[in-house]
Amino acid sequence: METIVSIFTDTYWSPYAAGIGIGILSWMSFLISGKPIATSTTFARTGGMIENFITGGKAEQRPYFKKIKLRINWQWMLVLGVVIGSFLSAVISGDLQANAWVPSLWASAFGNNALLRVLVALAGGIILGFGARFAGGCTSGHGISGTLQLAVSSWVSAICFFIGGIITAHFIYLVIA
Amino acid sequence: MEIKKQVSQTRQDAKDKEPAEDRRPLFFGLGFGILFGFLLHKGGATKYDVIVGQLLLTDNTVVKIMLSAVATGMIGIYTMKSLGWIKLSLKSGSVGKNVIGALIFGVGFAVLGYCPGTIAGAIGNGYLDAIVGGLAGIVLGTWIFAVMYPGLKNGILKKGSFGDITIPRLLKVNDWVVVVPAVGLIVLLLFWIEKAGF
Repeated sequence: METIVSIFTDTYWSPYAAGIGIGILSWMSFLISGKPIATSTTFARTGGMIENFITGGKAEQRPYFKKIKLRINWQWMLVLGVVIGSFLSAVISGDLQANAWVPSLWASAFGNNALLRVLVALAGGIILGFGARFAGGCTSGHGISGTLQLAVSSWVSAICFFIGGIITAHFIYLVIA
Repeated sequence: MEIKKQVSQTRQDAKDKEPAEDRRPLFFGLGFGILFGFLLHKGGATKYDVIVGQLLLTDNTVVKIMLSAVATGMIGIYTMKSLGWIKLSLKSGSVGKNVIGALIFGVGFAVLGYCPGTIAGAIGNGYLDAIVGGLAGIVLGTWIFAVMYPGLKNGILKKGSFGDITIPRLLKVNDWVVVVPAVGLIVLLLFWIEKAGF
């Protein structure tokens, strides 16, 4: 029987329930914090903070880090929150992964080698992070928050994210594999 | 009442001190993040198989989540904008940034199988390829961009600049002339996806 409790312990909700929830969350974020939900600048800030830590403050001199400012801010806390929120949902629904190095779709084409998958994920992350800051946003900042505001920059970006992603995914799974 | 007071206080603070961006209460950021991460996990978007399945066009979960979030968000945001409750927060754009940058992003999206928001969710979900490989890669990639920024800033990032406009401003029409058909088209598209059964 579906009860209030079982809604939260279900691993999956309808994608529409999740999507409408994220849409309502965007209202709250604008109303209360005056800001759209976005994530990718946080990774750049973190990189700058790490460089600062290693070099004793040299990252502060880079024009890009002067522009985005290297401190823990609202968006940094939001990204930390995403980790916590996903962890909570995974734990209460019994979906917390252990020893999950290789996604099953990847394994079906490229086998169970964890090192291969981690190296490809590292390379993909570098391209993704570079592209996100190049485009000025990611699937959250442009793809959801920007498109819902009908920003031209975000619609162009979101369409190009998927064009690049669809072509590359087909190349990986139909040509390389 | 207490919350309302706090909110107006926050707004006042944000107005008083510049830059406003970093003065907003971190607590709200954390709270919104927790809800966002919870919803991403429940929707299935913290999983490589779901995200790459979308890019292979075999699983439309990601598009269903994104389009229903965009349609819902758009109605609320434009209603609140009409009431004067909020201001839009738009990113300025250019062909160089939003075509070339986004295509590079797309390549990384397919190779990694997560994006910056969903990788945070995948980390919470316990996926080790996200924690060990992907996270380090994204931090490194954004850092490389920061290093290259002085050379890109006045070149490719400015190519074909069109500023921070919205589609209604571009078409010189009232906001609702775009919002209503856009929401209608999204709903129709989602019905079509359901009917086509994928």
